[in-house]
Amino acid sequence: MSGQSHISVKNLNIWYGKQHALQNINLDIPNKKLTAIIGPSGCGKTTLLKSFNRLLDLQDGFKISGKVLVDGEDIYDPKVEVTHLRKKMGLLSQRPCVLPMSIYENVAYGPRLHGIKDKRVLDEIVERYLQEASLWSEVKDRLHQPASRLSIGQQQRLCLARGLAVEPEVILGDEPTSALDPISAERIEQRFMELKGKYTMVIVTHLLRQAKRLADYIVFIYLGQVIEHGPARELFEKPKDSRTKAYVEGSFIEGYANQYVI
Amino acid sequence: MDKRKTEEYFFKALMLFSTLTVLGSLISILLTIIVKGFPALSWSMLVQTPKGGYYMGKEGGILNAILGSLVLSLGATFIALLISLPLTLYLNIYLKRNSRFAFWVRFVLDVLWGIPSIVYGAFGFTLMIFFGWRASLLAGMVATTLLVLPIMCRSIDEVLKMIPHELQEASLSLGATRLETACKVIFKQALPGVLTAILLALGRGMGDAAAVLFTAGFTDSLPYSLTGPVATLPLAIFYQLGTPFPEVQERGYASALVLTAIVLIISIIARMLSRRFTGDLGD
Ligand SMILES: Nc1ncnc2c1ncn2[C@@H]1O[C@H](COP(=O)(O)OP(=O)(O)OP(=O)(O)O)[C@@H](O)[C@H]1O
Ligand SMILES: [Mg+2]
Repeated sequence: MSGQSHISVKNLNIWYGKQHALQNINLDIPNKKLTAIIGPSGCGKTTLLKSFNRLLDLQDGFKISGKVLVDGEDIYDPKVEVTHLRKKMGLLSQRPCVLPMSIYENVAYGPRLHGIKDKRVLDEIVERYLQEASLWSEVKDRLHQPASRLSIGQQQRLCLARGLAVEPEVILGDEPTSALDPISAERIEQRFMELKGKYTMVIVTHLLRQAKRLADYIVFIYLGQVIEHGPARELFEKPKDSRTKAYVEGSFIEGYANQYVI
Repeated sequence: MDKRKTEEYFFKALMLFSTLTVLGSLISILLTIIVKGFPALSWSMLVQTPKGGYYMGKEGGILNAILGSLVLSLGATFIALLISLPLTLYLNIYLKRNSRFAFWVRFVLDVLWGIPSIVYGAFGFTLMIFFGWRASLLAGMVATTLLVLPIMCRSIDEVLKMIPHELQEASLSLGATRLETACKVIFKQALPGVLTAILLALGRGMGDAAAVLFTAGFTDSLPYSLTGPVATLPLAIFYQLGTPFPEVQERGYASALVLTAIVLIISIIARMLSRRFTGDLGD
């Protein structure tokens, strides 16, 4: 692990077919801090996030050059075991996506994959991580009901518990609160605040206020390029680039008509 | 304004006419087999095999054909499922959305779907000659498998395509392999749709006469071995209607009624399952 950074991006370029979605990205994601990736819609936030656990490999016409180092190891090296890498990186998607099985099985799914079979150990894991996602008290009497019956907010917390249960080092979140009501969103944010000393967290958000509340470190992406990155306070109070300044102040960036900042 | 109203009326009338044609033919088909077949339908017909002289109007029933059709189409559907599942899971999980290979496989399946069943029968017959089999349950099953395979593949394929990509990502990002994802998550999610596809194939396989015409043979005894001939309902209908005896022809209509009832029940179950499945996705 190189000093303070957990994920280190070097000269990263990503294409979808002919579209050059990310251009020359150089970035260090600090260890055990919460990093927020911000930027207007369609600028490449999801692309950057998913390049960290190689989910992009599934996309049509996907091409990549450059390096992404996790714990100092280039994850696009052909020798890398993708399943190991992905186990290290928990992912929360924009819309919660529960597996078609019971609440219990959703959490036990990951640990089972990685070889835990003992019923008692699994019971413990399920309880521990449901508690860690502050869902336990709401579901402890119906662990064996289908997870799809939970509310959307509960489903997202279940996804968090499911991700934590494989004991990742990094938690990736792609606008994890955007499909939730304000109260559920706040509960997720609280969990993040408590988790951020333990895990390296990278959260994509288009809510500037959320980024201000949560983030230690900010990456501002615009049209496929990292315009500016740095400690949250610094970036919000003294942005170096005029486009960053415009974005964090909530005004339109010249030449980009579609964005709408809340 | 007036012209547009006339157009409107014209199209309404046209639609009504088409709808009535469809409904009318369904009802008249059902009525024909019920009116002609119901009087001849009896319990003994359902539980007995043909006795000597059955085709000349004597004692017996069509149990041989009912069981034969069930065994043959269940077998064919089962084999088709064993082929369809890996194929469709491969297309949807291992290949990317715009894969050329997947495109061609789907194209070929669509072409196969359109091929008339008599061609499958003829092909099955050629295979049979080639391997030196005689007309048998096995040969009939192979021909019917080929007939239902594209139907099953394409309907499972459509079900898998509807499953959101995020579900795959969720499983993969927990460190699952693609095989684990396919078997433990995607297949589970697709299960109701897969059941529908099975029933669809079953109904189709049961009702087809041409695929089994040269390949399955016919016998008055119950299905007894894979390599022996087997009776099927469509052919039982065919032979009974072909006799010059009115009472045997009536039994032909009764057999048609039995076959229609079985296929109808299967397709109603399929419809109910698929309704439930799409309902689930809407949640
Ligand atoms: N699978 C794909 N195939 C082709 N183009 C894609 C694909 N996925 C994303 N893109 C394109 O790449 C660019 C970046 O997309 P990305 O999803 O990373 O943006 P984003 O910043 O996450 O946007 P949003 O805030 O709307 O989620 C967009 O222009 C998008 O159209
Ligand atoms: Mg996005």
